[in-house]
Amino acid sequence: MFLKRLKFASQAALAVVFVALSLSVHAQFRVEVSGMGRAQIPLAFANLRGEEASPQKIAAIVQADLERSGQFRGLAAGKVIDETERPEFGDVRQKGADALFTGSVNKLADGRFDLRVRVWDSVKAQDLGAVSFVVVAGDLRLAAHRISDFVYEKLTGEKGVFSTRIAYVTKANGRYNLWVADSDGENAQSALASPEPIISPSWSPTGTQLAYVSFESRKPVVYVHDVSTGKRRLVANFKGSNSAPTWSTDGRSLAVTLSRDGGSQLFLIDAQGGEPRRLTQSSGIDTEPVFSPDGTAIYFVSDRGGSPQIYRMPAQGGPANRVTFTGNYNISPTLSPDGRLLAYISRVNGNFKLHVMDLASGTASPITDTNADERPSFAPNSRLIAYATVQDGREALMTTTIDGSIKARLSGQSGDIREPNWGPFFAAPR
Amino acid sequence: MKKILLSMAFVAVLAGCASGVKLDEVQVEDRTGSSVANNSNSGAANVSSLNARDVAGLNGNKPGPAGVESVVYFDYDSFSIKSESQAMLEAHARFLREDRTRKAALEGHTDERGGREYNLGLGQKRSEAVRRALVALGVNDAQLEAVSYGKEKPASTGSDEAAFAKNRRAEIAYR
Repeated sequence: MFLKRLKFASQAALAVVFVALSLSVHAQFRVEVSGMGRAQIPLAFANLRGEEASPQKIAAIVQADLERSGQFRGLAAGKVIDETERPEFGDVRQKGADALFTGSVNKLADGRFDLRVRVWDSVKAQDLGAVSFVVVAGDLRLAAHRISDFVYEKLTGEKGVFSTRIAYVTKANGRYNLWVADSDGENAQSALASPEPIISPSWSPTGTQLAYVSFESRKPVVYVHDVSTGKRRLVANFKGSNSAPTWSTDGRSLAVTLSRDGGSQLFLIDAQGGEPRRLTQSSGIDTEPVFSPDGTAIYFVSDRGGSPQIYRMPAQGGPANRVTFTGNYNISPTLSPDGRLLAYISRVNGNFKLHVMDLASGTASPITDTNADERPSFAPNSRLIAYATVQDGREALMTTTIDGSIKARLSGQSGDIREPNWGPFFAAPR
Repeated sequence: MKKILLSMAFVAVLAGCASGVKLDEVQVEDRTGSSVANNSNSGAANVSSLNARDVAGLNGNKPGPAGVESVVYFDYDSFSIKSESQAMLEAHARFLREDRTRKAALEGHTDERGGREYNLGLGQKRSEAVRRALVALGVNDAQLEAVSYGKEKPASTGSDEAAFAKNRRAEIAYR
């Protein structure tokens, strides 16, 4: 396996660096690297033959994707190498690169672009494989993310998440927009525009639908929105407030918070709508439900003990066990898809900070330096977390590695930006 | 070099049709013969065809009792109605008792600190406190709907205690 013989020791010493992306990088996010001891694969990027014909800087998008993952350190090979040639590895090894990215971009007669990429193990001088895409200009960024996924999987043995998508909400000029964007926050497409707030978007397990809370009828109600057709349906519009939708693992039902019986309590409702079934019976606030990846449990927030804490109960309702014991304000639970980690927001000295708990040991740590973190969600490979925060007085979306060592700020939209929700791997081609 | 090129076997490419709708399954064989890029996470739901919906809000409240305040303020982390709001609530209760066809929404709000969904729960506690107070004053529960905006609609956009105090409130809105 490629990973096993990487020379990690030399990289650890270099781990505390600030990687300033060059101004030629098209994407607007920046990658900050902090923390010690991360093992990163040094990957040299050759200039792609013919890339100047592409309106998108393919190699730069791939490099930024891979650096955002926290598992790669990009280097410039400093010359053009396309996917058809066998590179000279001496220069690349000299730069300390363990792998080399090569390829080409060709504009076809019909206006589409033919992207071809090959990855090499530069230490063994071994071809690790090639991939190609033929796309219209509008799909070049998505193709670049697919290339990132290919490189990531070749070099780490794990699935990449770069071609997955993130939903988020912006507020600008008194208007609210729900967006579906690439995993780097770019290429955003509006799914909903409204003069009233939109919160809590939540992807269905297949990545085809978003549930969310809209205030367009002057109260919070829950919609399910098919992102490809733009059609949507009201799922919970009961007397009082309807909020905090989250999908069951089979996608057939939603857990929601309803106040129709008084108070804020958890209910299960069919994804098509219908009569909800009450899951909790407390005199306080029960909200922010989320299903465990195996579908057997619901984690949620309750102030039944006097302060908001995270609890766990069987998915069909029943006795709840408290999960968080440190601090008096723990909210917004989310579970890693591998079931090992719980991310949540904890108030510490008046600051709201993203925490990650190892569920097996129960130990938790804050992983950010910001003070108004909100609404974490895991990438589908359990390696990254997207969350909202405030940076320099502005709302911002961030991604972080699960140990907090590498963070990236996502941009691409003006105005306040919030409520991220990282979508799943797509189960089936459409 | 030519031999390498020929052996690359780009099996399938993206169906980049003119509408730019989707990236299809891609399969490429590497030179060792094993399939290298059969990513099952391809076939992203069709971003290019995502249809934006533009919804209009509902505007305009109907008038309530003339000359009567319609905002109940709360202390930090509190859901109990202060004595200073009592006379105002009595005026609203009288108005609603006199015309049982009138309906009012009670909209709870919080300051900006903390999570959006948990604040929705806190705002709901405030609106329900007002609902209970009005019902205790003889208003039919069916005339009232207690809802919450959480921290989404601050009355004051500042981040100091003066702004927070203005935002911890429940508004009585006639529909």
